[in-house]
Amino acid sequence: MTEPMIRPPRRNPILRTRQSLLPPWQRSRVALGMTAAAAEGRFELQVCAKCGAVQYPPREACHRCLDDRLPWREQLGSGELLSQTRVHVSHDLFFRERVPWRLGMVKLDCGPTVVVHLHGDVAQPPSRVRVGARLDRAAMAVLVGFPEKDGANMADDRQLREMTCDPKFRKVLVTDGKTSAGQALVRALAAAGADLIWVGHAEPWKKFPGLEELAKLPQVMLMPLDLTDARSVREIAAAIGAKVDILVNNAEYHRAHGIASRHGTEAARAEMDVNYFGLLRLAQEFGPVMRARGADGKASAVAWVNVLSIFALSNFPAHGTYSASKAAAFSLAQCLRAEMRPGGVRVINVFPGPLDDEWNQLLPPPKLDPAALARACVAALKDGVEDVYPGDVAEEWRARFRENPKVLERELSTG
Amino acid sequence: MNERMRAGYADVAVTVPVTVPYVRHSIRSAHWFLARALAGLLQDSKLEKEAIDGLCVSSFLLFPDTAVGLTQHLGLSPRWLDHIPMGGASGIVALRRAARAVASGDAEIVACIAGDTNHVDSFRQTIASFSQFARDAVYPYGSGGPNASFAFLTDHYMRTTGARREDFGKLCVAQRVNALANPHALFKKPLTLAEYLAARPIAEPLHLFDCVMPCAGGEAFLVMTRDRAASLGLGYATVLGTIERHNAFPDDPIQTRGGWALDREALYEQAAVGPSDMDFVEFYDDYPLITTLQLEDLGFCAKGDGPRFIRDHSFTADGSFPLNTSGGQLSVGQAGAAGGYLGLVAALRQLTGQPQGAAVPDARLGLVSGFGMINYDRGLCSGAAVLARGGA
Repeated sequence: MTEPMIRPPRRNPILRTRQSLLPPWQRSRVALGMTAAAAEGRFELQVCAKCGAVQYPPREACHRCLDDRLPWREQLGSGELLSQTRVHVSHDLFFRERVPWRLGMVKLDCGPTVVVHLHGDVAQPPSRVRVGARLDRAAMAVLVGFPEKDGANMADDRQLREMTCDPKFRKVLVTDGKTSAGQALVRALAAAGADLIWVGHAEPWKKFPGLEELAKLPQVMLMPLDLTDARSVREIAAAIGAKVDILVNNAEYHRAHGIASRHGTEAARAEMDVNYFGLLRLAQEFGPVMRARGADGKASAVAWVNVLSIFALSNFPAHGTYSASKAAAFSLAQCLRAEMRPGGVRVINVFPGPLDDEWNQLLPPPKLDPAALARACVAALKDGVEDVYPGDVAEEWRARFRENPKVLERELSTG
Repeated sequence: MNERMRAGYADVAVTVPVTVPYVRHSIRSAHWFLARALAGLLQDSKLEKEAIDGLCVSSFLLFPDTAVGLTQHLGLSPRWLDHIPMGGASGIVALRRAARAVASGDAEIVACIAGDTNHVDSFRQTIASFSQFARDAVYPYGSGGPNASFAFLTDHYMRTTGARREDFGKLCVAQRVNALANPHALFKKPLTLAEYLAARPIAEPLHLFDCVMPCAGGEAFLVMTRDRAASLGLGYATVLGTIERHNAFPDDPIQTRGGWALDREALYEQAAVGPSDMDFVEFYDDYPLITTLQLEDLGFCAKGDGPRFIRDHSFTADGSFPLNTSGGQLSVGQAGAAGGYLGLVAALRQLTGQPQGAAVPDARLGLVSGFGMINYDRGLCSGAAVLARGGA
């Protein structure tokens, strides 16, 4: 059984911060299909459309019948551990700093034999295992062998923690604490064991319901933070930037307008100022220092969470300018993901359906409970996934978008 | 099975064993080692370069060149050319290809050369991009290289057969004894079983002396007709039988046998001899596990009886089962693709009465086997040949 992790000691400021390294990230194009599924938390392998043979490693033709139609299909991952090793000498710098490293060879019940990172709780071979896909620090899919049944402290496994963004013992900045979603996020992060949570609020002279109560949590520290004010962002970054391990950007400006329903650009400009330029300001101030701390001990900088909107995928005309600002933020978040990758800091994009709040008053249910959004964000951190679609509406939009984005556009434009 | 009878190799001679001395690291390129190998063949055979009309090349680090570029580099104009990227099976496969070329008259004299360099960082670069499957599905897992791959196979074998580290250690210690007499061997110090057992772990259950040491060097031999060898006054070996196989037993969930298990009957039938007739064997030995599998799969003992066979025999050149008489790769070093030639060249030396190091008394018949290319989870290429002392 995994020993519970002990709270890491304060870092010694005299010592040099360990530089970030990534595990080997080179993959063939076809192998990236596994990464695409793992980025959303699924374990998929290619399955031959003609004969049904499951394939691994990823390939261009079925090993049994040579058919080239090999769609990716979700797998249960059950299998038998045939053998194991513990690598003490690695040719790669990332692993060299982390040996010994436990690996297993697993015969999946669905067919292929796979090499996996082996969780410490898995019994000696021969034994039953459950294989899942995770993104490693290089944001590439790797397979992990887990014990069949979850054990206590499983997430504290030293190797697994290299692939997840678990909030336990980490310091978090939540950029907006005045909304119900922000407050739910703070509570969920505190419950997940976050060490310290800075909570931003844009207008400190105003009282917002729930905020004072939130500040009574022992982990919570309120911070004045206005994403539309470059100086405010810079000052906060100067004060806490070098300590933030997880940044959750949930601040947003939301008005329910299309183009013709409101004259002028003021509301749209305000949306862009928070939703797009706010992210840009944050990313410029916090991004470089977080990226530099990607390997800073056991509680290193590890993740950047953007609360976007499912409307970022395709414009929802009733909230047309808001959709546009979220689409802009989504695009920028992809840039941020590329720039944070060398530090091994994961950028998690969350695409919730409409929240149950005042700006979505006129939308029909189901509407997403803020607590459900918060749970989805924390689960994404714990599982290390990259794209999250919480709630039924988001799930459905994603399915429609994936099947045919043009059809979705037409559906949305005709109400 | 309604297999056609395979033609034999009655007229073929294998001759002129050449080794380009091994070094741990070299600033030369693979081309240099291949050139030295060819020059060694010419020097020992007293042939002119123009007499070489067939060329067969194996090298991992020749990139971006292939055998084609090497012809211009070395100023050869062969009428028969082959490039064999099969790692540890290269020697056997080169022999098979060259023997057929000579027997059919497509070439008169084929130079089979293998060589690789070893820069300080070249092994890491080789394994990082060894194959598409390795890059996608092995290297990102701890980056242990072939050590980790063989650790899986060894761990499984030990759990299922009861093999102990002492069994593998006995093979390594005996090969070191053989190597001490071989001037080319990079390992010059004796190895005791206690030292073997106390070595640091590399990828459990493998420890330091279970793993070959990458180095630079070359190996080569000539293939021609027996008449030609006799007229040149060259001692030679004849080829009684050969096999090769690729991706054998693809449905085995983990490798417990090589292609030899599929083809050994064909080998011994063609050679008209059996395993008990061998005076010595030269197995491919990058890890002692693979030696053990060859004992079983080539019919020296039953499947799973490898450990008992090891306990019952001695493996030095003067032992009850002379094995890897030059020291094998484990004690000589693994010079890239030349590692796939090492056993064949050592066998040629034993059978032509010019061993480097200990001689197997009255060696008349030897078995050589090759194994190579861990493309993903197992070695894909296997081969073997039975060679006999020839004339001249």
